[in-house]
Amino acid sequence: MTQANTPLEYRSQQHQMNIFGFWVFLGAEIVLFSTLFASYFVLEHNTAGGPSGQDIFILKDVLIETFLLLTSSFTAGLAIHSMRNMQKRNLIIWTIVTLLLGAGFLYMEINEFIHYVHEGASIQTSGFTAAFFTLLGTHGAHVTFGIVWISLLLVQIVRRGITEKTASKFFISSLYWHFLDVVWIFIFTFVYLKGMM
Amino acid sequence: MSLDKLLVTGDPLILFSQIAIGLTMVGLVALITYLKRWKWLWNEWFTTVDHKKIGIMYIISGVLMFFRGGVDGLLMKAQTSRPDMEFLDAQHYDEIFTTHGVIMILFMAMPMLIGIMNVVVPLQIGARDVAFPKLNALSFWLFFAGAMLFNLSFVVGGSPDAGWTSYFPLAGKEFTPGVGNNYYAIALQIAGIGTLATGINFVVTITKMRAPGLKWMRLPIFTWTTFITSIIIVAAFPILTVALAYMSLDRLFGTHFFTVAAGGDPMLWLNLFWLWGHPEVYIVVLPAFGMFSEVIATFARKNLFGYKSMVFAVVGIAFLSMLVWVHHFYTMGNSAAVNSIFSLTTMMIAIPTGVKIFNWLFTLRKGRIEFSTSMLWALAFIPCFTIGGVTGVMLAMAAADYQYHNTMFLVAHFHYVLIPGVVFAVFAAVYYWWPKMFGFKLNEKIGKWHFWLFVIGFNFTFMPMFFVGLDGMSRRMYTYSESTGWGAWLGFSALGSLVMAAGFAAFCYNIYWSFRYADRNVGSDPWNARTLEWATASPVQHYNFAKVPEVDSLDDFWYKKKAGKLGLKKSDIKPIHMPSNSWTPIFISVAFGIVGFFLVFEWFTLAIISSVLIIIGLIANTFDYDDGYHIPAEEVEEEEREWRGELE
Repeated sequence: MTQANTPLEYRSQQHQMNIFGFWVFLGAEIVLFSTLFASYFVLEHNTAGGPSGQDIFILKDVLIETFLLLTSSFTAGLAIHSMRNMQKRNLIIWTIVTLLLGAGFLYMEINEFIHYVHEGASIQTSGFTAAFFTLLGTHGAHVTFGIVWISLLLVQIVRRGITEKTASKFFISSLYWHFLDVVWIFIFTFVYLKGMM
Repeated sequence: MSLDKLLVTGDPLILFSQIAIGLTMVGLVALITYLKRWKWLWNEWFTTVDHKKIGIMYIISGVLMFFRGGVDGLLMKAQTSRPDMEFLDAQHYDEIFTTHGVIMILFMAMPMLIGIMNVVVPLQIGARDVAFPKLNALSFWLFFAGAMLFNLSFVVGGSPDAGWTSYFPLAGKEFTPGVGNNYYAIALQIAGIGTLATGINFVVTITKMRAPGLKWMRLPIFTWTTFITSIIIVAAFPILTVALAYMSLDRLFGTHFFTVAAGGDPMLWLNLFWLWGHPEVYIVVLPAFGMFSEVIATFARKNLFGYKSMVFAVVGIAFLSMLVWVHHFYTMGNSAAVNSIFSLTTMMIAIPTGVKIFNWLFTLRKGRIEFSTSMLWALAFIPCFTIGGVTGVMLAMAAADYQYHNTMFLVAHFHYVLIPGVVFAVFAAVYYWWPKMFGFKLNEKIGKWHFWLFVIGFNFTFMPMFFVGLDGMSRRMYTYSESTGWGAWLGFSALGSLVMAAGFAAFCYNIYWSFRYADRNVGSDPWNARTLEWATASPVQHYNFAKVPEVDSLDDFWYKKKAGKLGLKKSDIKPIHMPSNSWTPIFISVAFGIVGFFLVFEWFTLAIISSVLIIIGLIANTFDYDDGYHIPAEEVEEEEREWRGELE
């Protein structure tokens, strides 16, 4: 394998395995979210007299959330681009932008949840709300975990610079971040848009 | 929950166990302190990332859990041994069959098989360790934390009592308000995360770490089955994760996933549980098939008949295993069309399984069979498992299942599948790979006592259950009247279980005896075997292979052995890179256990506070930049000389 053409994060066998292993883990994550979606489809009309999606969803807020998260995926891509060019400063800047966008998404989502509870739709209300909050909450928890994780990696980048090891760690975290974006597209389409139709 | 309800009291059996557990714990701590072994335990075992040691810890845990699950079985057999028996009350009986099922499947079969995979697979593919050694340690300790939390339910708070399948609404808060089913939801969740990590680890290990020349179609069959099993784990365990999360939310936070009153759906639990649960059956049985294949090929002194068809059969079974889950609830209101489809997919599993049975038989044909103890287990497996398989096809017929459903016939069927399919395999594997792990053989004579007692006892225990089942005895009945006429059958069955227990006792005695007296000079290849793990010393050195082997064919080791081409050149020895021990896996797992315990009792503040420990562990882990160390070439040379003699 020629070193010069190989991205930094793929250069050692262990790091290649780490990345491949993470892809396998993402396979498991796909099963996890598929199960959550399937359960949601089973329960989405079981509102038991409580509010339905149509009653509570607010399109504007959801669009803002979507915009924030999708943009953060783009800036995460720019961060990796900077990493490949060994531009440590750009890498740090784009990562901070990504984290801020992610935090903005979380802030909006938490407000959204508080709004639903005020409307009388808490997680205990019905089969529908249980499935809805669990699906969204699992995604939100993943975003939260991602923010903490990437912040910790940022500390490592600042301290150690862009090395084979930090690069492979950082690349993996960006795979994770993009994955959350893909899941959100499904949530946006099959939970919100479908629910408001 | 108030503190006075914390300890289970009022039952002499449990009181006795509490005292026994307490004394054992105190005794163990005192013994280790007296022998000054704490530091050794910590450095050599608790923080180890060596796949062989992790495998051995899995196997030891499995044997302990086998004892616990076996005692549950004996208690049930004692209770049903005579009509109108008053040994256990209904509640106690419910708890015992629940813990028996969970422990035997998840905390006995799984660790036994994963333990053997851990010891054997990296050696079979010529690797120095698994792909992620530290993750491997985390897997073990998470399993262990889950298992201990589950066992704690026996004396603290009360055991789960809704069956190992924990169907809703029975498993919901309304019908089982105690903490037992909280234990179920949370202990299984913790252990399940560990299992998922194992699955990922082995997928990567087998894909990326094979020795040069070890192409897919040259892989030993046990490695193949491990690989496919790992894929099923990755595909199936997240479903369990979600199902258990729903269960926890329903029980702990009052959501309505499974309660009809507020729009939940109990069938959701059934579908999710069996979408995981049916593949789980194959997760435990496929590696077992791999073990039998290795043992049969070795002791018939022939290569495995139909190697390729064996591989395709494993893949086929794995694929079909995901498509049959509805056969667990034919009688719960599916349409005839749905039942028919799942009836067909279920029966189709018999085809690849039949292929495998014939492959084993043809491997035996004209072989020079050596009746070692592990071979005996493999031979006994074939007829016993076939009985289980044929009764399985009977159950697969949806229409007929309306008759057998939830009877002892079903119970007999799955014991006839799982005991020969998993337990016999584990015994065969333990006898077979024991010298690789410890450098000496288990005693063959005691082994044969173990074998005959266990196999005869097994058949006497479970064969009568087919007949009482067909006669209408439903499963989970804790007592029955004289007029049913089942007394003689079940009495016979109870006696059989005692014989089986005697077999297990012989096994434990064998381990003890062999540790003390067995001959230590058995060489590195005591069975004259075929696969790569026998190319290295017994017990295996820390670094597995001094030089990573190169493979030219299937059963490469066998042919090189015949051609006398196994030597090691001094110039081939280079320094070997090894991963360092780590304290984070055990730390994180203990933290999970503590958080889990508080969640079981719904002490949420304490749970939140203690979850900080998990976070600390994870942070410590990500900041850990330890890249391991190198074993100098001279040290490797010295170790190799010890068992090979002078090097070339």
